[in-house]
Amino acid sequence: MSLTDQLAPEKMPGAGAVDADEARRQARMRRERIARWVLPAVMLLATLWLWDRIVVWNEIPHYILPGPDRVWASLTGDWDILFDAALLTGRITLMALALAVIGGAGLAILFNQSKMVELSLYPYAVILQVTPVVSIAPLIFIYVESKTAGMLLCAWIVAFFPVLSSTTLGLNSVDHNLRDLFRIYGASRWQKLWMLQLPSALPYFLGGLKIAGGLSLIGAVVAELVAGTGGVGAGLAARIQEAGYRLNIARMFAALSMIAAMGVFIFAALSLLSHLLLRKWHESALKREN
Amino acid sequence: MPLVPLSERPPVMELAGINKTFAGGVVALDEMSLAVNAGDFISLLGPSGCGKSTALRIMAGLTQPTAGKIDWPSGQKAGDLGVVFQEPTLMPWATVADNVFLPFRLRGKTYNSVKDEVLEALRLVGLEKFQKSYPRELSGGMKMRVSIARAMVTSPRLILMDEPFAALDEITRFKLNNDLLALKEKIGCTVVFVTHSVFESVFLSDRIVVMAARPGRVVREVTVDAPYPRTEEFRTSADYAAHCRAASDALHSAMEAA
Ligand SMILES: Nc1ncnc2c1ncn2[C@@H]1O[C@H](COP(=O)(O)OP(=O)(O)OP(=O)(O)O)[C@@H](O)[C@H]1O
Ligand SMILES: [Mg+2]
Repeated sequence: MSLTDQLAPEKMPGAGAVDADEARRQARMRRERIARWVLPAVMLLATLWLWDRIVVWNEIPHYILPGPDRVWASLTGDWDILFDAALLTGRITLMALALAVIGGAGLAILFNQSKMVELSLYPYAVILQVTPVVSIAPLIFIYVESKTAGMLLCAWIVAFFPVLSSTTLGLNSVDHNLRDLFRIYGASRWQKLWMLQLPSALPYFLGGLKIAGGLSLIGAVVAELVAGTGGVGAGLAARIQEAGYRLNIARMFAALSMIAAMGVFIFAALSLLSHLLLRKWHESALKREN
Repeated sequence: MPLVPLSERPPVMELAGINKTFAGGVVALDEMSLAVNAGDFISLLGPSGCGKSTALRIMAGLTQPTAGKIDWPSGQKAGDLGVVFQEPTLMPWATVADNVFLPFRLRGKTYNSVKDEVLEALRLVGLEKFQKSYPRELSGGMKMRVSIARAMVTSPRLILMDEPFAALDEITRFKLNNDLLALKEKIGCTVVFVTHSVFESVFLSDRIVVMAARPGRVVREVTVDAPYPRTEEFRTSADYAAHCRAASDALHSAMEAA
């Protein structure tokens, strides 16, 4: 009646028993692991070198295209200014992302629970999404007193929709047999939401979150460009604009590289979060043996 | 559980004149009447599309019949039952133990208050060592065992199973057949079991309800009077072969009549 003997872990073959095929595969995997980091680094160095050579060979003036050395000098020399700017942009981005999560997931749950609310609000969520934020932003800054609030609103408008649509999809993608099972056991609406729909929606939500992370940065940058410099202090995008007026191209590149780094950081952090939450059970986090 | 003769078992569920017509005019079930008695192991046997799943869904209260009524003479509420689907239907984000705990959790029990029952159910299906595993770490047969443990953990009086072993290989299926009979014996429940395998239905059940399609209906009932417990020896006995022939004949005449 018991399966125990059948389930007993098989004796591991001795280390010497690894055959040639297996050894080859492991060697290939090792090579790939190293190449994953080495190749992009080599690519970066080569690009920087080529960039430098082009500037030197063609004697391009630095107010047209500065070499990487000048960009690096600006990055270190203007670090205080740039770092403050990055903090501001980063803060707006993260706050907008947090609001996008609350707003997007909250709306998705609300829509899921009430068809009437969904029918009345969904079209407007779509309209908000398809209207380019650059064209709404100037209006926002007319009506919203606080610059911070205005920027947050801009970034939120861009970022919330992927969370909303992917979470909605997730809430509706519950395995129909599980749904029946919950019905048979007389689960309440709340139990169904909490124990069935939300866990089912989690992978979808996390997918939307990754997109929203990038979009909230875009939203924050666009908002800064529209809001212009001055006022409470300037973010990275405002610094780029300002440096552009002064033909300080090196600083433009320096600020740009910081924005890019910020985007990469957000993506990496959200990917890690997603991995940690799903690694135990979701197919996407399943490590295949071969 | 002492073996009560078929004729002396009290009814637990009675279907009377059930009809189910889907939108579009498909008659999935026509005039289906069936009395399920306490301790029965009933197989619904029939070709694809004859309404077996539909009948089971009606018993589970998941679908309302178009006509006819369903009675629970023993006063048992329709909610007090266990169900096993063709797929294991486990929550991938929950451990094996949490999956088996689900029926209790939905009734507001805490894990600690029913821990013994959960572990006992897992022990009965031979998976107590896997309580902390996640479904994706289990084989198909093991997942099905978890599903069975979940259906039985609350000791329901009626368990409905819809082709639970259809996707498994024959060796695993035979093993699970044996285990299922042992489990049924142990908790003394009633089982309604959907299958399209004549051999499986004869091995498991004492009543085989043969159905035909278009429209789905009950055409005959075959009684398998071989005593329980049924072992591997029963599978190779002349008695088993004779019953398989009888069931098979009933099925064929049902399909010719259709
Ligand atoms: N939701 C539905 N809407 C419309 N028709 C349906 C629905 N469910 C089932 N049917 C129809 O009812 C008939 C019986 O279906 P059912 O699933 O009960 O068959 P079954 O005996 O379980 O078949 P199988 O052995 O293939 O599982 C089929 O003709 C099917 O097309
Ligand atoms: Mg079916």
